[in-house]
This record gives sequence, C-alpha cells and structure tokens, in this order.
Amino acid sequence: MRFTLNDNPVDVSAPPMKRLLDVLREECGLTGTKEGCGEGECGACTVLVDGIAVVSCLVPFAQVDGSSVKTIEGLGDNHALQHHFMNEAGAQCGICTPGMIMVASTLPTDASLEEIRVALAGNLCRCTGYEAIYRAIQKANEQAAQ
Amino acid sequence: MPAVGTSVARKDGIGKATGATKYADDITFPGMLHGRTIRSTIPCGRIKNIRLDFDTTGFTVVDYRDIPASGRNVVALIEDDQPFLVETDIRHLAEPILLLAHENREALLNANVVIEYEEQPPELDLEHSATVLKALAIDKGNVDAGFASADVIVEGTYRTGHQEHVYIETNGIIADPENGGIAVHGSIQCPFYVQKALKSLLGKDAYTRVVQTETGGGFGGKEEYPSMIAGHATLLALKSGRPVKIIYDRTEDMVATTKRHPSIVRHRTGVTRDGTLVAMDVDIILDGGAYITLSPVVLSRGGIHAAGPYRCENTRIRGKAMFTNTPPNGAFRGFGAPQTLFAVEAHMDRVAEAVGMDPVAFREHNALVPGDTTATGQVLTGDTSALEVLREAVRRSDFLRKRAEYTGTNKGIGLALFYHGSGFTGSGELRLASKAKLELTKTGVRILVSSTEIGQGTRTMHAQIVADTLDMPYELVEVAQPDTQRVPDSGPTVASRTCMVVGRILQRCAEEMKEKLGVLTPAEYFAKYGALEILKEHEPPAWIQWNEDTYSGDAYATYAWGCDVAEVEIDRDTYEVRPLKITAVQEFGTAIHPGLARGQIEGGTAQGLGYALLERVVMSNGGMSNATLTNYTIPTTLDTPEMDIAILDNPYEDGPFGAKGLGELPIDGPAPAVINAIRHLAIDVREIPATPEIILSACALR
Amino acid sequence: MRSATSPLTIATPRTLDDALSMLRDTPLVPIAGATDLYVGLNFGTLASQHFMDLTRIDALRGIDVRDETLVIGAGTTFTALMQSVTVQTRLPMLVQASSQVGGVQIQNRGTLGGNIANGSPAGDSLPVLAASDAILVLRSASDERRVPFTSFYTGYRTSVLRADELIVAVEVPSVVGTQWFRKVGTRAAQAISKLVIAAVRSDAPRIAIGSVAATTIRLPRTEAALASGASIDDAVNTLEAEITPIDDVRSSADYRRQVAGNLLRRFWADTA
Repeated sequence: MRFTLNDNPVDVSAPPMKRLLDVLREECGLTGTKEGCGEGECGACTVLVDGIAVVSCLVPFAQVDGSSVKTIEGLGDNHALQHHFMNEAGAQCGICTPGMIMVASTLPTDASLEEIRVALAGNLCRCTGYEAIYRAIQKANEQAAQ
Repeated sequence: MPAVGTSVARKDGIGKATGATKYADDITFPGMLHGRTIRSTIPCGRIKNIRLDFDTTGFTVVDYRDIPASGRNVVALIEDDQPFLVETDIRHLAEPILLLAHENREALLNANVVIEYEEQPPELDLEHSATVLKALAIDKGNVDAGFASADVIVEGTYRTGHQEHVYIETNGIIADPENGGIAVHGSIQCPFYVQKALKSLLGKDAYTRVVQTETGGGFGGKEEYPSMIAGHATLLALKSGRPVKIIYDRTEDMVATTKRHPSIVRHRTGVTRDGTLVAMDVDIILDGGAYITLSPVVLSRGGIHAAGPYRCENTRIRGKAMFTNTPPNGAFRGFGAPQTLFAVEAHMDRVAEAVGMDPVAFREHNALVPGDTTATGQVLTGDTSALEVLREAVRRSDFLRKRAEYTGTNKGIGLALFYHGSGFTGSGELRLASKAKLELTKTGVRILVSSTEIGQGTRTMHAQIVADTLDMPYELVEVAQPDTQRVPDSGPTVASRTCMVVGRILQRCAEEMKEKLGVLTPAEYFAKYGALEILKEHEPPAWIQWNEDTYSGDAYATYAWGCDVAEVEIDRDTYEVRPLKITAVQEFGTAIHPGLARGQIEGGTAQGLGYALLERVVMSNGGMSNATLTNYTIPTTLDTPEMDIAILDNPYEDGPFGAKGLGELPIDGPAPAVINAIRHLAIDVREIPATPEIILSACALR
Repeated sequence: MRSATSPLTIATPRTLDDALSMLRDTPLVPIAGATDLYVGLNFGTLASQHFMDLTRIDALRGIDVRDETLVIGAGTTFTALMQSVTVQTRLPMLVQASSQVGGVQIQNRGTLGGNIANGSPAGDSLPVLAASDAILVLRSASDERRVPFTSFYTGYRTSVLRADELIVAVEVPSVVGTQWFRKVGTRAAQAISKLVIAAVRSDAPRIAIGSVAATTIRLPRTEAALASGASIDDAVNTLEAEITPIDDVRSSADYRRQVAGNLLRRFWADTA
C-alpha cells in the first residue's frame, strides 16, 4: 500500500483491515502515536489523514491507500506546540500529549478558548484538568500570530 | 538563578511532546512473546476442569504449578493472601487462572480456553458481608458526655461508589530473562514493591531487577497491581526462556485491576447552639473486595481524616474494611480520605444548617488552628492553615454574596474544607527508612532514587531541589531512570511523599555534596578525587510519636490544607448538574515548581469533579459492566469548568525548601464542595457520583 | 484489539456501480467512517470477515437541493453536515445533532449513512431524520427504492435493507415549522445518548426520540394529542405510554421516562 507518511512516500505491506494505529506503530516503527482505549474515545491515537484529525485506532489501513498521513513524528522536534506543552506543563504523564498536539495543530491560530475546548473534546486527559493544555495551545498560537 | 519556586521546563517535557518517549508498549525486545491472562468468569466458586481448546504449538502455557519450589504463590504485600494464579478457589471475577504466551498476538487472541466451574453464591454486598478484613478504632475524650452536653444532634449516612483510575496508558509489563533470573520493565509506581513480589514468587535468592519505563499516569492504580502482572510476565518468560510483554487492553484493565474503595460513612454529631462541635461519632465501612491487599492502610488514612479539619474534644471513629467477592479495591489518589472527607464535609453543611449558621461561619468557628488536637490527639503546629485557606477561598469566590444571589435559582454554590496528611501514616516513614543517592557526573550531578515520574513531575521537582542546594544550574542535574539494580529504595511513589520525604533526603545529600565539593566544579573534583556518591536515609522528625495499637499520636509529620468552592448549575429538565467554576485554595508548604503544583491541583480537581458527578462503576455479577471509556465517563474538556487556583505559602520546617505533600490533597475537596452546592439548590443528595438519575430520585423524594 | 484483523478482507470499489455489483455477488459489510467497526469486532457484535469500503465513491457524498428536497449523500460526514450552509439553513437540527456526535475526530469520519446503517437506537442523527419525514434511497444493482425513514427499522438493529443494497442518499422534504433538538448524554461531550429528541413545531407537530425503545421512534399518539390541542400534561401522559425505555449501564428507565416528558414540555414551551 502506498501512501505519504510525514511528507515522505512510503510503500507498506500490511493486512488491509489492520488498524492504522497498529500499522504506524508496528510496521512503520512510529510509536509516538499511542493507544489509550481502542474504541475512538480517548483521542490518544489521533493522527492527520489528508490534513484531517482522525483516531487511528478506528481507521482500516486500506482506507489510507494514496492518502497523506501525518503523525506526531511528522511535526519534528521544534514545533511551537511541543515547546509550549513542555514549558506550560501541558504534558504531565505525556501519553495523551501526541494526540492533543495533533488536534491542536489543526486549529487556526486565532482560535478562542471555547473553540479550543470544543476541538479537544475528543481527547481525554486524566492528569491536567486540561487547563495547562489550553495555556500551552494559547501560548503557541500567540507565538504563531506574531 | 534559583530553580525552586520557578516553573522551569519539565525534564521529560520535550520527549513527551515529540512522541519520542518510550512507554512499555513502545518497547520491543528481540525474540519477544506476547502474554495473555485467562481469568475467571464467575465471582465465587471452584475450578473443576481446564481445557485448552486450541493447537498449543508455539504457545507457552503457565499455571500455578509453574511457580518454582523456591517461591510462593502469593503477591507479597501487607498480608500474604492473594495468589498470582488461582489454584482451585475463585474469589472474584477476572481472577487470573492461566497464562499464555505466543510470538503472534493474533494467535494469542484466537486461543480458546474452556474452564468448568463449580459455582458458589458470592457475597457482593458490603453491608451484608460478615467478613471483616480490617477494623479500626480511634477514640478521643468522652463521646457520651459530649452528646449529653449537645443542644442538637445531627445524623446522616453518606455513600461513595467505586472510582476507576483511567490512567490513559493501560497497565503494561515486559519480563526479560537476565542473569539466570528476571528483569522486569514496566509501567509502575513502585519498583521495590514489584521486586518484593517477585522475590516472593521466585524465592529470596533469585536475581530480580525491576526497571520503571515511562509511565502514562498512575493515580495509585499502578501501586500494587503491577506486582501481579510482573509475576505473570516473569512466569511466562522463565518458562519460555524469552522476553514476554503483557499489555492490558482498556476493558481488561478496568475489569481486572483495582479501584477506589466504595464507602458508607455514618455520622452522628453533637453541637451546641453557638455552633461548637462537642461530639463526633463516625462509622466507616469500606468495600475491600476479595483480598486484603492495601485495604488496612486505606482504612487507616480514611479513619484518621474522618472527623475533618475540625476541633472536637470528644470523637469516636470506627472503621471496617469488608470482604466481598469483587476484585480487590486498592490505592487511588487520596487513599481513603476522599471518602471520609466527602462524608464529613457534606455532613457539616447539615450540622451548620441545624444550628442556623452559614457554612463559612460554622467552619470558621470550628476549624483546626495551631495548638488544637486532631482526632488522634496530634497537637497541630504553625503550618496549620485551615482558616487561611477557608478565608481566601471565600474571598476569591465572593462566596457569601453569591450564596445569597443564587438562592432560589438554578445555580448553587458550596464549599468544602479539607486537609491531607503528608507521607506514610504514623511510624510508617520510620519503618520505610527510605534512601536517596546523589552521584557526581563530569558536568554536574545525577539523582538516584526509586521515586517514579508518573506525570506529576518527580524528576523536575527533585532536580530543582538538588540544583538549588548545590547552587548549580538546574540543567546540570540529571535523573536516573528507576532501576532496582542501580537506585536505592526511596520507598514507594505514593502518599504525597515524593517531594516532602524523598526531596528532603536529596536535599541533605546535596548539602553534604556541596560541602565536599567546596570551591571545585564537578569536573575539577572528578579530576582530583574521582567519583563521589552520597547516600542518605530519611530521618523523620524526632518528635513523632505514634501508637499503632490505640491509633493515637502524631498520625502524620504534617498536613496540607485546602478549601474548594464549587459553583454549579442544574438543568431542571434533565437533572444534569454542571460545574460552572471551581475555586481551589491550597496550602502545601512551599511550591517547588508552581506550574507543576498548579497542574496537580487542576488535574486532581478535575478527577474529583468526575468522582462527584460523572464516574459511575456499574457492577453486575461481581464485576464492572461498563468497562469501556465510552460507558465509564471521565470529564472531557467540556465537562471541566473554569478553575481559579490559589497557592498559599506556609513553609514546613522539615520539608525541602518548606515543601509538604501535594499530590493527593486536590482530590479531597471537589466532591463535597459539589454536593454542598447541590444542597444549596435545595436538593438533598448524600451519595456520589451524583448522576442525573440520583438527582432525579432526590427531587422525587421532596 | 481483542480480535484478529489479518483474516479480514476489504473490497475497494471506486464507483457506485462497482460497489453494487460486488454486493450482488458477494455478502460484504459496507463501511465508511468505520467508527463502529472495531468496537463491533472487539465485542463480538459484528461477525463478518468481509467488508467493502465506501469512502472512495464520490457519488455517495454531497449535499444538494432538488425541487425543495434536501438530498444528502449517505457518505457525507458529520463535519461536512455541520459546515454546510444548506443544511444550516434547511435542517438546523441536523447540524445540532452532528455537532454532538463523538468528538471532532469522529465527526470527521462518521457518516450519516453509517449512523443509519449501524442502527443503534441511540444514534444521534436518527431522531432528526424521523422527525423530518426523511426518505432513504436504497439502491441495488437491479433496482432503486425509496423507503420512509420511519419504516426503515424492523427491530433492534434490524432493518428492511437487503444485503445487496446500499443506502445511497437521504432525502429530506422541506420542513415546515420550528425545529428543535436536544441530546441528553452521559457527559457534556463524547457521549452516548441517554435520550435524544428531535421535534418540529407546526400545526402537525412531529416528535422523534432515541434511546427509549428498540429503535428510534416517532410518537404518533403524542403528536396527535398536541395537534388536537390537548394540554401539555395530557401530551406528556401520552408520551409516557408511548415509549418503552429500559435500564442499562448508561441510565434508568425511570430517568428516561421522566426526562422525555420534561423535554416534551421544554420543546413545547421553547417553540410556543
């Protein structure tokens, strides 16, 4: 199956109904995408498919044939969201962080707090009460707007 | 520039934010097998027959008979009653019976094991149960005389349900044969607990090594149960001779592992017309589940906190942890205190009402102040901040004005005053004799402790303490991954003790290292003298006196204090209560890292709101029947309200830079504050979670 | 995963005709957003090994108005429904329902046709379709038929849809009156309905409700009572007799009955 993974064309052989999450972690060695529930409820496994946030635990591999997939690794290690998740302690245990950042990366930089809250409603965090996550995203947006 | 008191970047922040950090399920060992646990499907009975209904080629199959003769089939904890694998008698649903391993995970999933049982009637009701796992009695003054002097007596019964931890990373362990024994890597809070359990499994002379992998949340849920999983992975690894990884899926994790103890707490309180508490009689029942595990110490902490942060000269507290045929309940942030503090704080609003006082004035009149004694007779010292947190929370939230304004509307406001003992109970810290170590590196210093980073910021906060004590930049302090072969036993990462207790040992290590270094840089010292290691043991304050038999004396070295104000709104069509705003004022000595501390308060508050309103474990046939994240609902972004957090400073003299324990305190307050806000709506609910269904019943009773 | 995925197959037709021919020849379970697929496999509620992907078929997507009828392709996602000005204007209650399906990730993938085919009595969009007298366009290789949404289900997760048919579109005639929608979930977001109601206030009021019976239902007797000018108390009594809620892990029959009545009152007051 050919698709674009983090801006690079790849050809990966895996069963067509294998979950995209498992393909990324097992066949592609990208373990930044985490499994929290396996039922699309927690958002930890969020990646972007053709720019749209999806939970990779609910995507059959066959459906990304020809698509562009972006994972947390595709943001590199110098993204404003990453820095502010660190600095604002938006990451505590860190297991929800990649999914949170992937959703946040789809938001406009002028997103209001309410828009951020609605966008993240499909991402569960048990550590932060979400407040530090909002702060991190708002700081990153402020930086991007400058 | 000092690091303590500033919000430096988390040591582990960037790895987590880039996805580079490896958690248990991200790690693969060469030749690794996957493990699976076959569990009981009945809550009580005996195994008659086990049949492997699959081609066993390529499988490793383990049952209790595979436990070596040098070891024992018990998960060593407080009492040696819980087996790693059932031999014949089943005490609860989802009890481990058989273990399978295979290199192909799908083959493992397809393996069918048929177990025939002889079922027995289970005991599922804690009120009906006749078996006491542990009982406790705390007495102060003369309760009968106290009631005789009371003008008003108020009684009430308060109930709390199970709560599931829902760390977003499920349990996971990898066991790897090493040095003729076993190395275990996994998502754990307490490496030395796991090692103790492995020594019980394999014999004390066996080689055992436990390494914590990055842990995606714990909240107490990875305190004791990982010992069980580590034992299982070990048995499979030793039998197969290959590394074995066991990762629980969400449903298995929810059905099989521990939860917060359900409770029933009965209060009978005597009060005089002027609002003075003169007698408190408290009766606590906890549902311990099918094995003793940690229930005695959960009951202990619950009992000690049961009279609340109030002065009352005549107090009688009785507690029992009961046996039921349900999976054992265990450690969960707060450890018994959230249950008993819920009860006493919900009750205190009713007592205040009974004498015609508002909830603030009543609490101001009775709150503990320095020099007062607690229910165990502990004389409180200067870092007692009940009144300070109460007054600040009332001021910040504009409580009294809103209380009047909201009356008769769909909005309500309520508060809760609470405290939380830091560190192990009584002489626990003395017994633990925790150790911590510092070693000089070429460029700085490395921390070696068994305290685990589970999200709360252990690494960062310890590094700040060491950096400032050594006058060294924070960036030059490294923190070793907890590995029992490498780090000393600093005690478990529980009980709000990692900063106050282990941080203090590290501070003492750093003080000594600073003296040894003198004017030399680490590189110069290395060149001149070679390696430098400093190991120190915890020295609890000498004044701590505790009597385990009478449950009296200094229960904790100190306490952290909090007051939460909850503002809620009810939808009278749907009986949904939504939190609008939480004001949380907390004092825990000094905040080493204000950002992380705030994160603990915000996170604990959200978890407490879930406990109060949303999180309902539905039990049927002795097991959780809503064991998915779809049906067990923790708060989302839209369920979590605006939070106004205030941190008060009141340094504790025996803590590092004045710090006390914080981790658990924030979960004690939200539930009673919410229930009291619901009471302000004129709805009398005395149980949590206060789901819309419960609120409807309370409305129907009016 | 609790079940093996490597034996599972998936066909990937590019056109509707190809898809229908495949369905004529082979039993395949169509999937689109796949948001219920793995949950069904894991909990044993979905036994099939053979699937067909509908996401490559452009003809299944799109929102259009033909002769005053809103036509929505079955493969239209909830996000697309929310963003559509046409839907916002003509069927705002469907926008409300779509915004309360799961989180953003589920709205991005889940489709209207999938919600219908999955047939959960708690499906968030289904009361909207029932209350708006929607027609489902079902097509096979040999024929096409139009089935009123209210006649589509035959029982709990069963319907008149044949194995060789696909739901290709939903036709919603112009709705006269004030639309009203309310979902009561287990929490504020990312929740399954304990109760979900869509209603239209007009001379002939229409009320549809989910999670109170084996399927999403209309309440013809309650509607008739309101149309005839009966008091709201009488209408609530009628409603209570018309629904058959149960206790489950999410809520109780008592709660659902009481709240359904309360929300009928709320609908009536809000749209007065």
